[in-house]
Amino acid sequence: MAGDRRATLGNVVAQRDIEKVMPADEHSVVGIAGSAGTAMALVKLFQVELEHYEKIEGEELSVDGKANRLSVLLRGNLDMALMGLAVVPLFGAWDPIKKTGRVFSYDVTGGRYEEHDHYAVGSGSLFARGSLKKLYQPNMPAASAYRICLEALYDAADDDSATGGPDLTRKIYPVVADVTQEGYRRVDDTELSAVVEAVLSKRMLRPDGPAADIS
Amino acid sequence: MTVPFYVSPEQVAKDKADYARKGIAKGRSVIVMQYQDGIAFVAENPSKTLHKISEIYDRIAFAAVGKYNEFENLRVAGIRFADMRGFAYDRSDVNARSLANAYAQTLGSIFTEITKPYEVGVAVAQVGDTPSQDEIYRLTFDGSIADESDFLVMGGQSERLTSLLHDEWSQGLEISAALGLAARVLAEGSAEEREALTSDDLEVAVLDRNRAGRKFKRINPAALGELLRSPVS
Repeated sequence: MAGDRRATLGNVVAQRDIEKVMPADEHSVVGIAGSAGTAMALVKLFQVELEHYEKIEGEELSVDGKANRLSVLLRGNLDMALMGLAVVPLFGAWDPIKKTGRVFSYDVTGGRYEEHDHYAVGSGSLFARGSLKKLYQPNMPAASAYRICLEALYDAADDDSATGGPDLTRKIYPVVADVTQEGYRRVDDTELSAVVEAVLSKRMLRPDGPAADIS
Repeated sequence: MTVPFYVSPEQVAKDKADYARKGIAKGRSVIVMQYQDGIAFVAENPSKTLHKISEIYDRIAFAAVGKYNEFENLRVAGIRFADMRGFAYDRSDVNARSLANAYAQTLGSIFTEITKPYEVGVAVAQVGDTPSQDEIYRLTFDGSIADESDFLVMGGQSERLTSLLHDEWSQGLEISAALGLAARVLAEGSAEEREALTSDDLEVAVLDRNRAGRKFKRINPAALGELLRSPVS
C-alpha cells in the first residue's frame, strides 16, 4: 500500500508530510482518504481494538473479522459523513489461512467490498486506478509493486490538485508499506529514493509514464 | 431473635488467608526472572491453550498462579485498563506500577468484602531500557503488593523454589541459561521426579528489551526445545 503526503484545506496545502498509510496491526495495513482528523481517530481506535482482541483472545482476528470491524467503526461515523466529514479507508491484510494478500474498500455507510488485484481511494484515485490497470501484473515481485504504486501516485498527482507528488527538494516521498507473512514493513526512504529517482528519470523522457504495449 | 456468634476480624482474616494460601500451594509454580535481554516468565503448564502468562501492553506482562477463572478475570481487566489508558493518553503513559496498584485495590477489596477470597498470586513486570529500569511486582490474594528485584517464584512450593533459585541465579544470564535454570528449579517442585522440565510441560514468554514496539514474545515449544538443549556456557 502506498499513499501520497498531501493534506489540503480548501485550496491550501495544509500539510506536506502527512502519513496516510499506517499499520493496523502486525499483519494488516490501513490507508485513509477524506477528513484527516476523523480518519486518524478512526484508525487509532481500529488499531487499539485489534490489539485488544489479540491480547484477550491470544490470537489475531481473522482477516474478514478485521475488515468487518472497520466497517462497523465506519458506520458509526455516518452522521459526521453526512455533515461533510467523510472518511474512506482502504484495508489490506496478509491472510494466513488463504496464504495471500487481500484488499478491502469501503463506502461512507460502512459498506465493505473485497477488491481483486488492486484498488485506490481518495481524490486522485480515478487517475491512480487507471494507471494501475495498465501497469499491474499478477505475482509481481515486491520491488515492481512499489514501482507501479509510485507510478500510479505520480499519475494521480499529475492530474489531481489534492494529491502531492514526490517532493525532491524536501526529500518527502510517498509512504510505501507492505504486509507479508513476516509482518508489516515500511519501505525506508533510502530504498524508496532510488525508486522515486527511477520513476522521475523515465518521466523526463516520457512525462506520461510507461506506454502500454498494444502490439 | 438469634444473635450471631462473634468472630473477631483477626480470626476472619486469618481463616481467609489460610484458605487462599492452601489453594495456591496446591497448584504448580511460576517463575519470573530477569535475564540479559529482559524479563523471562516460566510456568509449569501442560496446557498449550489455557495460559498463565500474558501480554498486557508494550512493555508489560502478567503471570499468575491459582484458580484459572479468577486470575483470568484479573488478566482481562488488566489488558482493558492498559488499553484504555493508552488510548486516552499515550502509549508511554501506561506503566506497571499503576496497573499493580489497580490489582492491589481489586484484590484488597475482594479479600475484605467477599466471603471467599481469590486464590491467586499475580506478578506484573515491566521491562526497561536497561536492567536497572526493570520492574517486577508481586501481588498476593489479600491485595498486598511487593516490589521485587532479580526474580520471584509464586505458587506451589514457592518458598523452597525461591531458595533454590537464590543459590543459582546471577545477573546477566543468557536466555538459554536462564530458561534452563528455571526448568531445573521448577522440576524440584513438580509432582514427578525429574531433573528438568521439558518444553512440553512449560509455558514460556519473555519481555525482550531489544524488540521494537511490543516487547512481549511467546517462545513456542519448538524454539524452547532448542534453547533448553543448547549448552550453557
